[in-house]
Amino acid sequence: MTDSQRDPALTAPSRRSFLVGSQLLLSGAAVALMSGVPTRAFAGTRGARAQDITILNTAIGAEHEAVAAYQLGAESGLLSSAVLSVAVTFQGHHKEHVEALAKAVQQLGGSPAEPLDKYTFPVSSLTSEAAVLEFAAKLERGAVSAYAGAIPLFEDRDLSNAAASILADEAMHWAVLRSALGLDPVPGAFFS
Amino acid sequence: MRQVLGTTMVLALVVASAVWLPAVRDARAGDSAPAADLARGEEVYARCAACHSLTENRTGPRHCGLFGRAAASQPGFQYSKAMQRSGLVWDAATLDRFLRAPLDVVPGTKMTYAGISDPSDRAALVAYLEVASRSEACTAAAQESP
Repeated sequence: MTDSQRDPALTAPSRRSFLVGSQLLLSGAAVALMSGVPTRAFAGTRGARAQDITILNTAIGAEHEAVAAYQLGAESGLLSSAVLSVAVTFQGHHKEHVEALAKAVQQLGGSPAEPLDKYTFPVSSLTSEAAVLEFAAKLERGAVSAYAGAIPLFEDRDLSNAAASILADEAMHWAVLRSALGLDPVPGAFFS
Repeated sequence: MRQVLGTTMVLALVVASAVWLPAVRDARAGDSAPAADLARGEEVYARCAACHSLTENRTGPRHCGLFGRAAASQPGFQYSKAMQRSGLVWDAATLDRFLRAPLDVVPGTKMTYAGISDPSDRAALVAYLEVASRSEACTAAAQESP
C-alpha cells in the first residue's frame, strides 16, 4: 500500500491544510529576501545608479499597491478565517518587500516611493471570497512577470539577486492562491 | 521503451523550441486578429497585471482608450519626465516598438521592464489591447472617470 492510499489527504490536500502549510514555506523566502539586500556601496555610474533607483521605486510602487489590495481583501468580510490568515501573511511579505527595497534605494542615495493617498480597485466585482482570491492571484502573477522583467535591467547584480528572491516569493503566493481557487497551482514550466 | 523515449525527446524538443526559439512573425499593425490571437494576447496581458489594468490607473496608467492617445496624457497618472517628452502616440506600431524594449525607446520611463522579446507575443498583446481598450468595460469606465 502506498502512502497516498493510506491517507487520501496526501493526494488531495484540503484548502485549509494547503494554506497553513504554505505559510511555513514562505518564511524561508523572507529569510532569502533579507539576505539578498545589498549591503555594499554600489560603485556604478550616476546614470546606472539612477536607473537602478527608478527600477526599485517602480517595484516599491507596485508593492505598496499590493499591500493596499490585501488590506481591501482583509477588510472585505468575505474571507474565511484560514484565507484571511494567509492574506494577512502575504500582505506582511509585501510590507517586508517595501522595507527591503526602500533600504536599497536609500543606500543608493535615492528617496523611496511613498504609497499613494488612494488606490482604485475593482471593488464592485469583489463580491465573494473567490473573486478576492482571483484578484489577488492576478496581481501576484503580474508581480512574477514584473520582477522577471526588472531583474536583467539592474546594473548592480546584488539588486538582481534581491529581486529574484522577491520573485520567488510572489510565485509562491500565486501558486497558493491558485490552489485555494481549486486551480492547478503550477500551470506550466516556464513563465516570463 | 526506445519508442517511448524517442517520443518523449521529440515532445521535449517541440516544447523547448516553442519556449526558446524566437518567433519570426512581425507585429502587424491594424490586422483584424483571430480569436486565438486575442486569447493569447489576454494571456500575455496577465504579465502586466502587477502594474496595469484596463479600467484603473495603478502603478502604471490604465489602458482603456490607449489607441490614438498621446503618451503621458492619461488624466490622474503621474508620468516620468521621459515619457512626457517622448512625443509618442500609441498605435500598433509604437506599442510594438516600445514593448520590445521600453527603456531603449524611452530611457528614464518608470516602466522598468526588459520587454517582450517574442514578436508573436507582442503582436498578440497589441491585438488584444486594441480590442480590450475599446471594450464595453472601457466605455463604462470612461463614463465614471474620463
